[in-house]
Amino acid sequence: MTQAQIQETANFPVRIDEPGARKWRDYFTFNTDHKVIGIQYLVTSFIFYCIGGVLADLVRTELRTPEVDFVSPEVYNSLFTLHATIMIFLWIVPAGAGFANYLIPLMIGAKDMAFPRLNAVAFWMIPVGGLLLVASLAVGDAPDAGWTSYPPLSLVTGQVGEGIWIMSVLLLGTSSILGAINFLVTLIKMRTPGMGVHQMPLFCWAMFATSALVLMSTPVLAAGLILLAFDLLAGTTFFNPTGGGDPVVYQHMFWFYSHPAVYIMILPFFGAISEIIPIHSRKPIFGYKAIAYSSLAISFLGLIVWAHHMFTSGIPGWLRMFFMITTMIIAVPTGIKIFSWLATMWGGKIQLNSAMLFAIGFVGTFVIGGISGVMLAAVPFDIHVHDTYFVVAHLHYVLFGGSVLGIFAAIYHWFPKMTGRMFNEFWGKVHFALTIVGLNMTFLPMHKLGMMGMNRRVAQYDPKFTLLNEICTYGAYILAVSTFPFIINAIWSWMYGEKAGNNPWRALTLEWMTTSPPAIENFDGFPVLATGPYDYGLERANEGVPLSDPNPLLSAGPNSVLRADPDEPYPTIESDLEQRVSGNKD
Amino acid sequence: MQSQTIDPAKTELNHHHSTATVGHHEEHPDHRLFGLFVFLVAEGMIFLGLFGAYLAFRSTLPVWPPAGTPELELLLPGVNTVNLIASSFVMHNADTAIKKNDARGARIWLAITAAMGAIFLVGQVYEYTHLEFGLTTNLFASAFYVLTGFHGLHVTIGVLAIVAVLWRSRVPGHYSNEKHFGIEAAEIYWHFVDVIWIILFGLLYLL
Repeated sequence: MTQAQIQETANFPVRIDEPGARKWRDYFTFNTDHKVIGIQYLVTSFIFYCIGGVLADLVRTELRTPEVDFVSPEVYNSLFTLHATIMIFLWIVPAGAGFANYLIPLMIGAKDMAFPRLNAVAFWMIPVGGLLLVASLAVGDAPDAGWTSYPPLSLVTGQVGEGIWIMSVLLLGTSSILGAINFLVTLIKMRTPGMGVHQMPLFCWAMFATSALVLMSTPVLAAGLILLAFDLLAGTTFFNPTGGGDPVVYQHMFWFYSHPAVYIMILPFFGAISEIIPIHSRKPIFGYKAIAYSSLAISFLGLIVWAHHMFTSGIPGWLRMFFMITTMIIAVPTGIKIFSWLATMWGGKIQLNSAMLFAIGFVGTFVIGGISGVMLAAVPFDIHVHDTYFVVAHLHYVLFGGSVLGIFAAIYHWFPKMTGRMFNEFWGKVHFALTIVGLNMTFLPMHKLGMMGMNRRVAQYDPKFTLLNEICTYGAYILAVSTFPFIINAIWSWMYGEKAGNNPWRALTLEWMTTSPPAIENFDGFPVLATGPYDYGLERANEGVPLSDPNPLLSAGPNSVLRADPDEPYPTIESDLEQRVSGNKD
Repeated sequence: MQSQTIDPAKTELNHHHSTATVGHHEEHPDHRLFGLFVFLVAEGMIFLGLFGAYLAFRSTLPVWPPAGTPELELLLPGVNTVNLIASSFVMHNADTAIKKNDARGARIWLAITAAMGAIFLVGQVYEYTHLEFGLTTNLFASAFYVLTGFHGLHVTIGVLAIVAVLWRSRVPGHYSNEKHFGIEAAEIYWHFVDVIWIILFGLLYLL
């Protein structure tokens, strides 16, 4: 082969699983690079967020007036069922997996995930499962028994749609189990030499707890869905009382996954917020170990509280007592995190950029969701507001006010690392303002609606609820509008944004110690730790992080790139370059 | 977008070169073995879910199995159980043999295990065709077929895995005392399937 031929061959991917992305087209291939997979996860899940959001706005449009006047009740049932299923299984859970895929190997100084091909397989199950679900709308028999799919209701409504729902959720669940296996093995086995568990960034701790939870709970949902599929398709009666079955057993199996699922949906973003707040407050994190262990405590407690969703299912009183107490105890580790974040911000040099605004918004709205959660844990109150809009308000404050704001905070924070470019801050703040207003306008009135007795999952309601429902609906429209500045800003910044440099935030975790975006296999050799991940403003933080095998790109003045002086805000690109040049002279 | 900052020295042909010499991530048997154990935790949780559901159904009904369910014959499944437990020991011999670099011995033991697994499956199908109840007869019958069927699926996967390992070991030196992840993985999976069957047998036939 001539030199020219070798060159030519080198410009084309030789194998379909060649790692790394060179062109945008590479994001549509079966790629094994964890960074490509991470971005595939994030972009795919964001597309499903938009689809789920459109469905939500259709639901709210129907609810703007008390009458059924926009869609038929059957279509309405499908709309809210698909909205919930898509938002949970195709937006929040995969978005968490996306960040984990992108960040875990970088944060622990590994070249890739433990099983790169398994990783790619896990990702490609998401679009397949998602398309399956969305396609059910096209066949005109979408699932319409709610995202919980409780039998016997789910057995008597549309069979095709329910079958599609089961297949799709099984596929998405398999994907998240495979992802969790990968994260666990990577975190346990592939940390850079010298990184003990107590040098791991908190996002890694959070993903460890999340993955353990996925591993324990998702298979039980799979078991429940297998039995449900037999009931639906083969005529067995596991959950059908007419044949001696017991629908409450399904509820146990479903909630054994789906309650932990709320922690699967929030823990990764607890982790992300624990990264974002110290960096943008220029202070060491308060209570590193407390935050790390509280993630584990939440994931353990999360496994033993599921029946608080079933207080009205006729389970015995002593059991309700047990689940009430364990549920309330979860507020303790969660509170530890909240107080640690507040203590971290206390007296810090807070940089109010988009990432930090979303992080602060996260803490604020999540606290509201958490408080209504403790209220719902109390059996008498839960029975009073069971299946009302109070529950809807609570879960949206936790999932939108928590997870979704956390996702956006994380996107703004790691965008420079992922793309090598800065976000436009002004439009980021516009996005934040619209989101916060829309979110509270949509979900705050729902508390009141629930207390007044408006049922969830109804298309028609008492006219006395009209005003509050109108406010909710217009809030939902604002939320829809709020995504446009984000989408346009993300695309524009990715293409033309200001160059970010390796470490625009002067952070100390390892993902910032490589190029932006990182090259294939991330680091040359193993990065060596010189500081803890959050030692901002401490003397030894100025030492930087030397590398065992220095790459000119990485070691161009680690002192200047990595310095985290508490009195110094973020560097400009110019000053960064200046410092690097002067650092090289030394 | 990432193309702009990729270090050319690390990509393309050079990349292949470096991975070939340094060793690719696929060549870390310790990670794969650990990954298999983590995977089996997930598998175990599926079975735990099914066992839990079975016990829940059992506890909600006053009579179990529901009145009119024909008595289960114990002889054939009993023989099958002994066969499966024995096959676990046979499988272990394959692992021991390859660790002594005895590839031929390993192949023989693998072949015997696969055959014993196949006999188990044939026995199960034979039992299915001779049972006096069907999938939808009653709750016990449904649970019986779904649980044993789901386990049978896992036995099938185990047999296929052993056959795959056997097929690969036709190349001399493919497995040795230093490199035998395939055999070890098939063995661990086979033991797992065996343990699940013992619990299942106790639950469905004896309890």
